[in-house]
Amino acid sequence: MKGRRVVVTGLGMVSPVGLTVAETWENILAGKSGAAPIELFDVSAYSTRFSASVKNFDSDPYIPAKDARKMDVFVQYGMVAGIQAFEDAGLEVTEANAGRVGCAIGSGIGGIGQIEKNTEIVRTAGPRKISPFFVPGSIINMIAGNLSVKYNLQGPNLAMVTACTSGTHNIGLGARLIASGDADAMLVGGAEMATTPVGLGGFAAARALSTRNDDPAAASRPWDKDRDGFVLGDGAGVMMLEEYESARARGAKIYAEITGFGMSGDAFHMTSPPEDGRGAAASMRNAINDAGLDVSELHYINAHGTSTNAGDLAETCAVKSVMGNAAAQVAVSSTKSMIGHLLGAAGAVEAIFSVLAIRDQVAPPTINLDNPDEGCDLNYVPHTAQQREIRNVLSNSFGFGGTNGSLIFRRLD
Amino acid sequence: MSSIEERVKKIVAEQLGVKEEEVQTEASFVEDLGADSLDTVELVMALEEEFETEIPDEEAEKITTVKLAIDYINDNLA
Repeated sequence: MKGRRVVVTGLGMVSPVGLTVAETWENILAGKSGAAPIELFDVSAYSTRFSASVKNFDSDPYIPAKDARKMDVFVQYGMVAGIQAFEDAGLEVTEANAGRVGCAIGSGIGGIGQIEKNTEIVRTAGPRKISPFFVPGSIINMIAGNLSVKYNLQGPNLAMVTACTSGTHNIGLGARLIASGDADAMLVGGAEMATTPVGLGGFAAARALSTRNDDPAAASRPWDKDRDGFVLGDGAGVMMLEEYESARARGAKIYAEITGFGMSGDAFHMTSPPEDGRGAAASMRNAINDAGLDVSELHYINAHGTSTNAGDLAETCAVKSVMGNAAAQVAVSSTKSMIGHLLGAAGAVEAIFSVLAIRDQVAPPTINLDNPDEGCDLNYVPHTAQQREIRNVLSNSFGFGGTNGSLIFRRLD
Repeated sequence: MSSIEERVKKIVAEQLGVKEEEVQTEASFVEDLGADSLDTVELVMALEEEFETEIPDEEAEKITTVKLAIDYINDNLA
């Protein structure tokens, strides 16, 4: 990455398999699935009746009840992850540096739950009954807005919206802002809570979701012959990025350096990738060039790997075209096999897994990969985590609209 | 059946996230109870709901204290 060096100093997460980074990571390494039948609303008329939703969430220790009540659940998830990341980083914000600390936290869908609720209100009770907190409680940049108020963060305040690449793009562009000198520290990531009557129905209508209702835990099975779509997931991931010299000067704990960021557009179709994965390959190649990395030094890829027929194969083609012979050595896994697809939060939680893979020198598994499909012949870390040398990690995200993003993290010696 | 005063104070406490004993009759929503402009809009909506009435916007703007809320309900609903 051109310009100043950027490092990761804080992590926060709310996921289908844990309410913190530590709890989630333990379950990820153990190969636990977070998918389960949906109980939030009546799903009897839906073709898909399960999701990977967050369990036992309690905003109370983090957000006063009076404030939480005014936020869509995706904002609450994002706030909790942001607060965890901020506290983990231990960065002190003063009047002197407040203007140099910012936020870039997005979402793919945003406050669809509040939109549905207030649509119902306007139909049944009229426009005067719409909550005054409907708009500020549901628009996508409100995680960044609320965190800036809570911590006096007066630097750049953003929320990029690029479907399932939102989390990755917010992290990458946040890193660029630090590298270029617009900020010295940024809280970056994404949040999502789209398991609602209309959200679930919309993805089901797009024929994107697995319908393995009789066995939700086995439904997300990237690269497997019997995969039949993704599993809708909810949650949030936020990381603190800081300029390397200032992070070192204050004695911050440094998880990893972010060395590369690449983007591309498929220019092909609104929901399907080209078969050869050329858009994905371009994104990966741009990130690898940005990092100045030799592909033989890339040891782990946290794949987009959503468990869809076209997507999984296209990404495999992309990895092979970018890495050549080195593709035979790299570990490629999809943590979506356990937590489903968190849409606009996916890239954020997966970037955190990438950083933890570097810290612990372990590639998390792809569960449910019983029979790899034809053409799917990489080391996908099936069933169990693999301890191995991991110096550089690449994390991929691809979204509807043909929007791609790739991040590279490097172990600091 | 609770008195109008008790019912108003209970709603104010719920809406503004304060304890019922903090809701003094003379308290101002903004200055004493920490409400912002959107909180007061929502508070009036909650009063409308509780007392099954509709408070016109120009009247709602004048309801800035617990006492004014109680008085409004007494004058218009009693």
